[in-house]
Amino acid sequence: MKIIVCMKQVPDAKDVRLDPVTNTLAREGVQSIMNPYDQHALEEAVRLKEAHAGEVIAITMGPPQAEEILRQAISCGADSGVLVSDRAFAGADTWATAYTLEHALKKIGGFDLILCGKQAIDGDTAQVGPGLATRLGIPYVTCVQKIRESSATGLVAERMMDDGYDLVALDYPALLTVVKDINEPRVPSIKGKMKAKKAEIVRLSAADIEADPACIGLPGSPTKVVNVFPPPSRAERSVLQGTLDEQIDQLVEKLKVYL
Amino acid sequence: MLKINEEVCIGCAICEDSCPFGAIKVVDGLAKVGDTCTLCGACVESCSVEALVLEVAKREVRDDLSTWKGVWVFCEYRRGELASVSSELLGIGRKLADQRQVQLGAVLLGHDLGETASLLIGHGADRVYVVDDPALQEFREDCYARVTTFLIREYRPEIVLAGATAIGRSFIPGVATALNAGLTADCTKLEIRAGDGALLQTRPAFGGNIMATIVCESSRPQMATVRPKVMKALEFDASRKGEVVAVNPPADLLQSRVRFVESVVGEASKVNIQDADILVSGGRGLETAKGFELLRQLADVLGAKVSASRAVVDAGWIPYPHQVGQTGKTVAPKLYIACGISGAIQHVAGMQSAEIIVAINRDANASIFNVADYGIVGDLYEIIPKLIVKLEGRRHES
Ligand SMILES: Cc1cc2nc3c(=O)[nH]c(=O)nc-3n(C[C@H](O)[C@H](O)[C@H](O)COP(=O)(O)OP(=O)(O)OC[C@H]3O[C@@H](n4cnc5c(N)ncnc54)[C@H](O)[C@@H]3O)c2cc1C
Ligand SMILES: Nc1ncnc2c1ncn2[C@@H]1O[C@H](COP(=O)(O)O)[C@@H](O)[C@H]1O
Repeated sequence: MKIIVCMKQVPDAKDVRLDPVTNTLAREGVQSIMNPYDQHALEEAVRLKEAHAGEVIAITMGPPQAEEILRQAISCGADSGVLVSDRAFAGADTWATAYTLEHALKKIGGFDLILCGKQAIDGDTAQVGPGLATRLGIPYVTCVQKIRESSATGLVAERMMDDGYDLVALDYPALLTVVKDINEPRVPSIKGKMKAKKAEIVRLSAADIEADPACIGLPGSPTKVVNVFPPPSRAERSVLQGTLDEQIDQLVEKLKVYL
Repeated sequence: MLKINEEVCIGCAICEDSCPFGAIKVVDGLAKVGDTCTLCGACVESCSVEALVLEVAKREVRDDLSTWKGVWVFCEYRRGELASVSSELLGIGRKLADQRQVQLGAVLLGHDLGETASLLIGHGADRVYVVDDPALQEFREDCYARVTTFLIREYRPEIVLAGATAIGRSFIPGVATALNAGLTADCTKLEIRAGDGALLQTRPAFGGNIMATIVCESSRPQMATVRPKVMKALEFDASRKGEVVAVNPPADLLQSRVRFVESVVGEASKVNIQDADILVSGGRGLETAKGFELLRQLADVLGAKVSASRAVVDAGWIPYPHQVGQTGKTVAPKLYIACGISGAIQHVAGMQSAEIIVAINRDANASIFNVADYGIVGDLYEIIPKLIVKLEGRRHES
């Protein structure tokens, strides 16, 4: 089985904060990490490989330093990494990202299953997986929380819905996006780390994947950011006054209409 | 490309702070751009001397945009029920359609749809496009996407909205890709831009730390998903007039490569904090899982449901379906009582549309007080028991 895992390097959102005084993003010490959902996609891919034999290829479109997450992926069980990187990809929205990944995958050639994270935590859009599957003309299911059965030709999966889950079956080739409930990612082994250090990362440029310059990066993106601003504040601070008991009495007055 | 005019740059480093990606560094008194630049433009806005310029080749317009007309809402129907986000979207859709002086269309896919189409008219639609077929009984990405894509190609609406639900977020990106259209996820605000009539789509980014306004200038339709409880439905009006159009798409579009086995309804649907009028919400300030017992007592007095911050969901004190916020549910109750919640931006993003917000927190500087209508600074374990007693007293009086 040939399994592709799409992954993205993102800033660790826990660290990104708005400075209340200057209204700018305080980035001191912000780390770049592998998108957390993609760790789960990778883990699931490695488990499928262990069950049915085959190979796992990790792929990312990003700046040169995104190579770090590919090495991390190899240390956790991926066989190889592909870095799709070019200045011309900068500013890609989800449409242009799906276009680029599609062309990179065509270059790599052939696959049975593609696994993506549910969403990347920098944008929370959840659009690249479905977009990529649509471009490749393969069936897809999002938000998979469990693979119940799998073989070398297809699988049965639980996909999360707002009110529970749906159980669905698919034949390869197919694409899944996964949520965190699906598994507990392993920590890299010493051997894995050694392998990752030495691994040769394949690099693909815009020219390598024969991308149409009008379809990649910012120029190829149908969505344009025209304004960024801090979130609006809702109301002025209004703390009740008096002793604690007086405050509670005032609150009871305000709340009595709800009784 | 992001260009820096070295003649003009004063090396003030404001752009360095404004960059969400850490891509700008001031070196030797001049700003320098690194590889992580995504061309988002945040720095251009921040520069007081206009030293930064974003040079972008215009995206090729491949289509006569003026041939696209009308606002559409995808209306979600599952297990015999219309999702409540559908009427909310018809509310905002009506506004946008009136401003653009076009019709508001509703798309309804499914099987055994009963009177749902006329319901959509009562909620504001002028025209309802119905595809009723056994193949659409259960949700499957591929056939839902293909049928919706077919309808959009056929009728060419300029704007298409859908709920940012499990279903909407799953197949709408497939539709946008097939149409080569831009799609903005999880919008919290939609407006028409004066002048060219483009759709301004505002959404939180970076875990809610910044808001971004997005437009799609070169492609149609302009597509957006909107989270439930962000927009307001119109008053239902049974006397509204509209037209129902039954559409039969080519049979091959209805064929799916996803085999549906079964649906299992889980705990999430029972909890359903989005439908509650009053929510009593707990955070890490409860200190232990047991704290929710106290909150349940308060909730019982008020006929409320219990919700929570992510911190306590992550701690395992209460299950995920109770979580409010950016990565939980968006709620808009009449009354939201935040107990021991600090008011992190990602939490506030999920509850700021509540009519009245009450906050109980022992830290007078907690940011929850910035959004609260009434706040009490103090220990919740002292305040809530007293509040319960007094509210019960009040109830017996009346
Ligand atoms: C990408 C991303 C997505 C996120 N999504 C969500 C989300 O969907 N929902 C969400 O809620 N969070 C979300 N978060 C997390 C969010 O940033 C906060 O960490 C979280 O909301 C904090 O929860 P809390 O207010 O319960 O805990 P804390 O921040 O620890 O606050 C506890 C509060 O309780 C007060 N307190 C303590 N003891 C008492 C007492 N005895 N009486 C009264 N007050 C007391 C303290 O003063 C403090 O203000 C997200 C974060 C990221 C990075
Ligand atoms: N630049 C990228 N390179 C490779 N995979 C990506 C990239 N961006 C997004 N993905 C994949 O698509 C998923 C959803 O991302 P998004 O649509 O950006 O929320 C991620 O979890 C990844 O699996």
